[in-house]
Amino acid sequence: MTRYLIPIVIFGLLIVVFTIGLGRDPTFVPSPLIGKTAPAFELPLLSDPENLVTDAELRGQVWVLNVWATWCVGCRQEHATLNRIASLGTVPIIGLNWKDDHALAEEWLEKLGNPYVATGFDGDGRVAIDWGVYGAPETFLIDASGTVLYRHISPMTMDTWQTEFVPRIRAAKESS
Amino acid sequence: MSLRLTGLFVVFACLAPLLSHGIAIDQEFDDPAKAELYERLNEEVRCLVCQNQTIGSSNAPLAADLRREVREQVDAGMSEAEIKTFLTDRYGDFVLYKPRYDGPALLLWVAPGLLLLFGLVMLIRSLRRRASLELTDATGDDA
Repeated sequence: MTRYLIPIVIFGLLIVVFTIGLGRDPTFVPSPLIGKTAPAFELPLLSDPENLVTDAELRGQVWVLNVWATWCVGCRQEHATLNRIASLGTVPIIGLNWKDDHALAEEWLEKLGNPYVATGFDGDGRVAIDWGVYGAPETFLIDASGTVLYRHISPMTMDTWQTEFVPRIRAAKESS
Repeated sequence: MSLRLTGLFVVFACLAPLLSHGIAIDQEFDDPAKAELYERLNEEVRCLVCQNQTIGSSNAPLAADLRREVREQVDAGMSEAEIKTFLTDRYGDFVLYKPRYDGPALLLWVAPGLLLLFGLVMLIRSLRRRASLELTDATGDDA
């Protein structure tokens, strides 16, 4: 009897494994940065290239890094949501303007509103490589000690914000 | 498909690799060893926006950035292992087309061997059982 049972059990297990496998998004790449110190950066401000935005000045608070560009359709899609999140004032959002046209990027923020407390201009994409960015929009959550807690890929939604970010922010603020 | 069309298809299929190769070559290295390393990494590093292409075969802006990064590091005399570590620290193991021989990826490398071994053991067991069954059948006939 077990002779016939074993192949059936193996078959059943394979079905489970493949069903889970099919449900996963193959374009999703987990970030190796999670749990590690956020990459250091010094970028000229989009609004004021003479001055810099650095990771060092953000230490001591929980903050969000949002990677965006005017050529990125998903960024256009999430922009209103970012504005809403910014208006809640839970955490500061830092923008990383990735491989973009400087003038277009400034115009974009003027037209659509500016959810960022500061935006760094990463024209040649070097800082983005350090952060392992491969497709905008990407949103990182960093805690007060400078550790990356979470990364979200694809446009931000209120739902993602409530379920993935808010609980982590609360926990991070309590522990620090 | 007519013979002529097939012929045309074959010609284009043969030309395609040349076309994709042309993207990566932008400037030469003085040191042939460095050039070789750069070429090899171009074939082994995945472009993450266009996941089924290497950075050497992709025109995506990210692929161009990663090629520039690899080029600069090769130029600076960094080793293949150092460059690969730089990339996996940022993008994870997925960035390498050929998984490394450590961590969870090790299972990928040894799994085929283990499965083959398992199959062989099962085969030998069933052959032995069959042989012993035939043997008892034979002795049964004799009796």
